[in-house]
Parts: sequence; C-alpha cells; structure tokens
Amino acid sequence: MTPTEYEYLRKFLKDNSGLDLSADKQYLIESRLLPLARKAGLSGITDLVQKLQAGSRQLIVDVVEAMTTNETFFFRDKVPFDHFRDHIMPEVIKARAARRSVRIWCAAGSTGQEPYSLAMCLKEMGAALTGWRVEIIATDLSQEVLEKAKSGIYSQFEVQRGLPIQMLVKYFKQTGETWQINPELRAMIQHRQLNLLHDFAQLGTFDVIFCRNVLIYFDQDTKINIFNRLARQIEPDGFLVLGAAETVVGLTDTFRPIPDRRGLYKPNDPRAAAAKPPVGAVPPRMAVMAGR
Amino acid sequence: MKTCLVVDDSSVVRKIARRILEGLEFQVTEAEDGSKALEICQRQLPDAVLLDWNMPVMDGFEFMGHMRRLPGGDQPKVVFCTTENNVAHIAQALSGGANEYIMKPFDKDIIADKFAEVGLIPVGQAMV
Repeated sequence: MTPTEYEYLRKFLKDNSGLDLSADKQYLIESRLLPLARKAGLSGITDLVQKLQAGSRQLIVDVVEAMTTNETFFFRDKVPFDHFRDHIMPEVIKARAARRSVRIWCAAGSTGQEPYSLAMCLKEMGAALTGWRVEIIATDLSQEVLEKAKSGIYSQFEVQRGLPIQMLVKYFKQTGETWQINPELRAMIQHRQLNLLHDFAQLGTFDVIFCRNVLIYFDQDTKINIFNRLARQIEPDGFLVLGAAETVVGLTDTFRPIPDRRGLYKPNDPRAAAAKPPVGAVPPRMAVMAGR
Repeated sequence: MKTCLVVDDSSVVRKIARRILEGLEFQVTEAEDGSKALEICQRQLPDAVLLDWNMPVMDGFEFMGHMRRLPGGDQPKVVFCTTENNVAHIAQALSGGANEYIMKPFDKDIIADKFAEVGLIPVGQAMV
C-alpha cells in the first residue's frame, strides 16, 4: 500500500464512519481489507482504492463494515458486569421502585455479546426484577453485525470466550456445532442500526448506557460531541459505562467518574454543566469534516 | 507458582496445553490416563486439573470422582477439556464436581478465560 493510498483510506474512513486511524495502522487496514478485496475479485489494496474512488456503493459499505471493529466476547473485561450487578442495578431498583421499569442502551452492541451478557445478569437477579419492564436497546453501525446479534447464534469458539459454562448450559440451546441464546433472552433486546455520529435523541432517555470500546476510535472533538449528546439521553441519576481505555476526564464536565469503580460515570448536574459552555460542542457533521 | 496437572492421552494435546499453561505461569505435570493422574494426585494434589474425558484405562470422569474423594480432593479446580461437546456431557461433568468445561478445539484465549473464570488466574491476565 502506498502512502497516498493509505492517506486516501484514512480520510475515507474518517468521513464515512468517524473512524480515526493514526498514521501507523497500515497493518490493520491490510488485515481487514485484503480478505475483502479478494472476496470482491480484486488483486489488492490498490485496486480496492481505485474502486472506492470510482464510487462503488456496495464496496464503500463493505469497507466501512470491515474496518469497524467487532472484537467482542461475553462479559468482556468482567468488571463492568460486576459493577452492573453489584452497584448499578441495586441503585436503579431502589430509585425506580415506583415506576418499576429500567431502560438500558448498549451503544456499541456489536455482535450481541454485551447486550446478552446484560440480559443474563438481569435474569440472574431473579425475583428482584419480577414485574419490572426491562428494555435493552442494542445499536451498532454495521447491519451485518446487527443481523448476527439478532440471531443470537454463536460458534463453539465464541461461546467459550468469557461465558461461564453454567450460563452456557442455562441460557443457550445447542444446534450441531453452534449455540443459540434462548428466545426469552432474545426477546429482551431490541436491535437497531445507528451511527453515533448522527442524532440519537429519538432513542429516548436511559437509566444505564454502556458505551464501551467505540469512542477510542474517534478523535477528541468527536468524543466530546458524543459525550455531550449522551448526557442528554441519560437520566440525572443514571449511569454511563465506558471501556477500560476510555474516560471523560479532560474532555467534558457532563459526566464525572465514580470513585473506585473503574469505567463507571454519573452525569453531572446539568445546571452546573450549563454554567460553563461545553468545550468543542461542534455539530457531528462538522466533527467529521474536521479531518485532521 | 500454581500447579496444573494435564491429563490427556494425546501427547500432542499435552504438549500444546503445557506450553499455554507455562505461559500463564503454571508448573505443569502430565498424565496420559486417569489412573496415572490419580497416582500423581495421591502423592500431591495440584491446584488445577485440565482433564480429557475419553482415555484408556480410566476415563476423566471416573478419575474426577476418585480424586474428589481424596483428603483435600475438593480443592483442585477441575477444567474438563474434551471433544464431548453436548449438553448431556457438560451437565454430567458439572454435577460430578467439575468447575469449568472446555470443548475442543481450544486455544490460549479459551484456556485463559476459563482459568480466570474459576479464579486460577487474575481476570486481567486473560486479556493478554
């Protein structure tokens, strides 16, 4: 891949998905796009770039999908799910005792392991949630990934990553070499296609937002913009859960970390936040076009 | 250093498992069937057993039953590692005293995940 081709792909991905690759991610592009190029009958990256430049719409979608990472497994990193069970849900159950409903958003739901892990956590709580209305919305940029999430079908390899064996036996049904999550858990989740760069106000407000391992791919202004918009979709006493390598610190005052609970954040009082104009509050389109 | 007994009649599987487990900082011993594994356990119990099911002389399930009845035999974490990949076998293993269950083929990530699951290694280590 020539430097010119790499620069083209970088800009292309930035404009079309918000993915912000640093200058040294050639290997990532090659490992993801070479198989795709071959599948499309192209000889390599050079041909692929030429086709993209010619405006092949199907290829544009394929390239964006191949580059937006889907590395995910059940109960990924474990700690956030311990927080969810031991801290978040007990507080939500107390705070929403009158309303008896909880809304959860997985903002990078990917192939479904995260929303299904949350669904399993909720099932394990048993009687504490009897009679509650539980809504889990899982969104992802990629339609292909959402289809897989919806099916709830995983390979033997996938169900052995992060999933305790008791949960596999309890919540999955084996069909040949694959395993499918039970209809009861599948019914707990609504899957929707969504680009975080676009408006998501229509999703409504949530008690809990999981937004893990997706913001790391965005540049700083885009991150700030997304945090500020997330703050509008979260209940004042709600919870935001970020990935291990992500933080709001130094980016926005709309959320504050909860001490001793890594990755867990609460929204700040909006009146306090409004006193200071939010830094870098650019509309999403501008953020995408910034192209640094 | 924690110890792990690898019980499998395939020397290739034992070799692969040994390499992975040594990478996770286990001191590894090997046995080629359940009866040899039981002899080792009667001398000294390991912290972990990675256990195949189908083996000559004594199979993994029978071995686990004998081992669990040894003094202190409830302590080792038993992780089955077998081509038996159906729910009936998994349920039988769990009710017989297994702590986790790996369906072959396996790799480093699966072993690390499962060992972290039963507390044999810290969770963070599973992500390396």
